Amino acid sequence: MTRPARGAPQRQDTRRPADHGTWFLVLPALLPILVLSVGPLLGAIGLAFTDAQSGRTEPTRWVGALNFRDLLHDTLFWESFRTGLAWAVLVTAPQFLLALGLALLLAKDLRLRWLTRALVLIPWAMPEVVVGLMWRLVYHPDAGVLNETLRRLGLGGGHDWLAGLGTALPAVVLVAVWAGLPQTTVALLAGLTNTPRELHEAAAMDGAGAWRRFTTVTWPALRPIALAITSLDFIWNLNSFALVYVLTGGGPGGRTRLPMLFAYEEAFRYGQFGYAAAMGCVMVAAVSVLLACYLAGRLRGGDER
Amino acid sequence: MVFLAFPFLWLVSTAFKSPRELGSLHPDWIPTDPTLANFRQAFDEQPLLRAGLNSLLVAACAALLAVAVGTPMAYVMARRRTWLTRAASGWVVVSQAFPFVLVIIPLFLVLKELRQIDSLPGLVLVYVVWALPFTLWMLVGYVRAVPVELEEAAAVDGAGRGRTLLSVTAPLLGPGMVVTGLFAFVSAWNEFFFALVLMKTPGRQTLPVVLTHFLGAEGVADLGPLAAAALLATVPSLVVFAVVQRRVSSGVLAGAVKR
Repeated sequence: MTRPARGAPQRQDTRRPADHGTWFLVLPALLPILVLSVGPLLGAIGLAFTDAQSGRTEPTRWVGALNFRDLLHDTLFWESFRTGLAWAVLVTAPQFLLALGLALLLAKDLRLRWLTRALVLIPWAMPEVVVGLMWRLVYHPDAGVLNETLRRLGLGGGHDWLAGLGTALPAVVLVAVWAGLPQTTVALLAGLTNTPRELHEAAAMDGAGAWRRFTTVTWPALRPIALAITSLDFIWNLNSFALVYVLTGGGPGGRTRLPMLFAYEEAFRYGQFGYAAAMGCVMVAAVSVLLACYLAGRLRGGDER
Repeated sequence: MVFLAFPFLWLVSTAFKSPRELGSLHPDWIPTDPTLANFRQAFDEQPLLRAGLNSLLVAACAALLAVAVGTPMAYVMARRRTWLTRAASGWVVVSQAFPFVLVIIPLFLVLKELRQIDSLPGLVLVYVVWALPFTLWMLVGYVRAVPVELEEAAAVDGAGRGRTLLSVTAPLLGPGMVVTGLFAFVSAWNEFFFALVLMKTPGRQTLPVVLTHFLGAEGVADLGPLAAAALLATVPSLVVFAVVQRRVSSGVLAGAVKR
């Protein structure tokens, strides 16, 4: 929004005299942002260097980089970090491919498009907690539709998917793919509808096949938005909480303990505020790299409608 | 398509099943003897009505406030370029990517200082700030769609700045404000993490938090009432999405609607 918007008139910016009404317009939003967002952010960075704990009577002390040093040696943290990275990759990649397929399908003038569109929106409209509960019903060892289907196909069944050491992570990954699919699809769809139709027609006239038209016309136009949404998806997945909290609570044996669950437990179960804040800082550092990718995508015009 | 639809259909089906059928080892898609008992039992087991009202109140207030404070700021962001609007745009982008856990601890401490832990107004404030990034983003887009020429024409006709905003710009922004507000409503209605951390008294918890109580200890759950309650909690968001369906794509990248 800071860069000139294509096609938006810019001349009013420079000509008008300074105007004190601006502050009057901005303050109502700015105050809560500063007090409840920017302030806590700076506070968290400060907290990360202290031994702050909940419910402790002694004053909080400055401990320097101690929390970070502890994190470095905390095998549980590294485990959750690795799980988080694996999870983010495993969720983001299929999400993107499926969404791309769906978006290409939806961009065509199909007869049942309204139905497809409605279906695509269902997972998006549902609260994450409900999505989690719903999939627990699907995965349920006795009453779940998954095991029942397997039983009818003669493939066994009675499996407790969310409690199995080997199956828990794939099971929650599948749910996350399901839940995040609409957003990615709609984003890509928006990118697709921005591609000028004439380009397609020209390419088709030149005799280009479907695949060639995709690689030479569709994809180049879609790439910035694809990069932006993929890096955002990756970041969001890395920060997931509610789904996994409801599905497995991080279990079994920590197999699905994502970084957010780890930090939540440290902060609000064990009261280690300083330690959890330090961990948050590490996550932000990791996310910044991705954020740079996302910004690069945006700057190339990914978000302009 | 099947992948998208079947979990939801299963939820609906489970919500209407009788206890006998839920206990059977061969559950069917269509309940053999459909019943509303699960819904009644759900309300008996947990303070669903209370939680629903809390959610409704919090989400409605948060949406109204987010649009009320967001619109003027979005107007400035769309029409001016100063260091302040630049910083605000940067904040909008960065806050999309934020691990909430980093903010929640100091936020928890700030709210404790303000005596707003476990209070619905406190939660409303948090949701306003949480919804503002995408609210601002959407609103900036809607402001840009209002031609500056109209405002300039009004100014030439002698309308003051306030009058121009109120009688020229605001009416044109109206529909956009409504859509943005609906998005903010859904995102607050669905939100779980902040509510989980901040709301401790059962009578003040929002619907998503109360829903998790259906899982009980060790994840053992009474499936019927759980499904019934979960289904009910989805209805408002589904209705809103059905209403704004056509506008969904415009809020997309900004629309960190659920997270």
